[in-house]
Amino acid sequence: MLKVDVDRTQCQNFGQCVLEAPNVFVLNAKDEMEYTPVVDDSELENVEAAIDVCPMQAISLVSGR
Amino acid sequence: MGLLPVVIVGASLGGLRSAEALRRSGYAGPITVFGDEPHAPYNRPPLSKDVLGGGDVTHASVAFPQRAATADVDWRLGTRIASADLERRLVRTADGTEVPYRALIVATGLRPKRLSARTEGLAGTFALRTLDDAGALSDALTPGTQVVIAGSGFVGCEVAATARQLGCEVTVVGSGKLPMLGPLGPALAEELMRRHEAHGVRFRLGTHVAEALGQDAVEGVRLADGSEVACQVLVEAIGSLHNTEWLHGNDVDVDQGLRTDSAMRVLRADGRPWVDVFAVGDVARFPNAIYGDVPASIEHWNIPTETAKRASRILAMQLAEDPDVDAAIAERFAPVPSFWSDQYDIHLLAYGLPALADRMELLAGRTDGECVYGYFVGARMVGVCGIGMRSEVMKFREEVSRYGHVAIGEPA
Repeated sequence: MLKVDVDRTQCQNFGQCVLEAPNVFVLNAKDEMEYTPVVDDSELENVEAAIDVCPMQAISLVSGR
Repeated sequence: MGLLPVVIVGASLGGLRSAEALRRSGYAGPITVFGDEPHAPYNRPPLSKDVLGGGDVTHASVAFPQRAATADVDWRLGTRIASADLERRLVRTADGTEVPYRALIVATGLRPKRLSARTEGLAGTFALRTLDDAGALSDALTPGTQVVIAGSGFVGCEVAATARQLGCEVTVVGSGKLPMLGPLGPALAEELMRRHEAHGVRFRLGTHVAEALGQDAVEGVRLADGSEVACQVLVEAIGSLHNTEWLHGNDVDVDQGLRTDSAMRVLRADGRPWVDVFAVGDVARFPNAIYGDVPASIEHWNIPTETAKRASRILAMQLAEDPDVDAAIAERFAPVPSFWSDQYDIHLLAYGLPALADRMELLAGRTDGECVYGYFVGARMVGVCGIGMRSEVMKFREEVSRYGHVAIGEPA
């Protein structure tokens, strides 16, 4: 499993992560980003892409194992 | 002698993503990255907003996280590459050292265009591109300071908002009819200007700074119409130039960016690619299938990442002698440009290229509140931009990405 972390002091709900990893990140009805902190290894590539495109560079991968 | 490295010139977003993507694509050989700034790669968009406004002008606050896969990359920071010889496959540092390469990735980006009026050596004049630029400007934006911003594009408007919030007296001088008119179109540009004015920013549009006044330090500017505006700070935000001079003397096309094919391979004047020289990011002028493959450089933040991944994957396949490399080169390349901008409580988000449109239309919300505009060429949506309403804006991304798709039998 992969552990995903979002720095909430940085995140400004741009939602770019949602486009790259829709199974991990979503924008709710109030346009606030919500995410699943522990996801399957198969999401690695998508989460890496989400990390790349986050304008605030708020996403990190805590551990993959 | 060991294996020659892949040399990346430019240690910002494009250079970093190129190195990462080379590793991700299976290239395990040496990588050397040259950067003229002393800093490891960092994120530039916050410079005109949070960094300038919050006073936290540290590299740590904007540095990109370093990934384990690129831990063995040789970072030559504070080392400017002065020239290159693509025939001999080498680059030269400013002190004349020759560095041979196996393949070259050009990621040298942009630098601010400066006013033709003399500002060099005049205290109080600034441009904003680097962390060090932001630090210098931040120190000067004290409450009550009179600030003139030459240029009413992204950087000019963002600096205006930040400076105003810091208590400066701000005048924006722009040559267009409205601020950010190209990317926003008339209806949104007018609204943006209205909101800036409500915050106390003054605009002098349809003119430009003809002369900077003052002996040792700037005391004001004279505009093209002869009027004068007093200031202690002059910010030059009139656009950018591509950093391609170091490639002078090589068979390349550097008119408005370094021209590449859709595989991001740098092209010779006759259109044939240099197979071992790639360009990524702001410096590259590349064909995008969404826009009819007309080569253009797109100065939006997502493009360095998209082009770096494209270039590095193809380069890694080539170096591995992967038989599928020709298929990869032929793949459609159509990255959707995206941009955002934060000014006061105005959060702009856009996809596509609104600047190409001949018409804009309100799709949702209210212009004086939160809203979404679509931008059209004929009946086709070429861009979407919103104030707030991000989920709504994102719904149109797919349509905007299909702009250049013309079905057989359908009029273009």
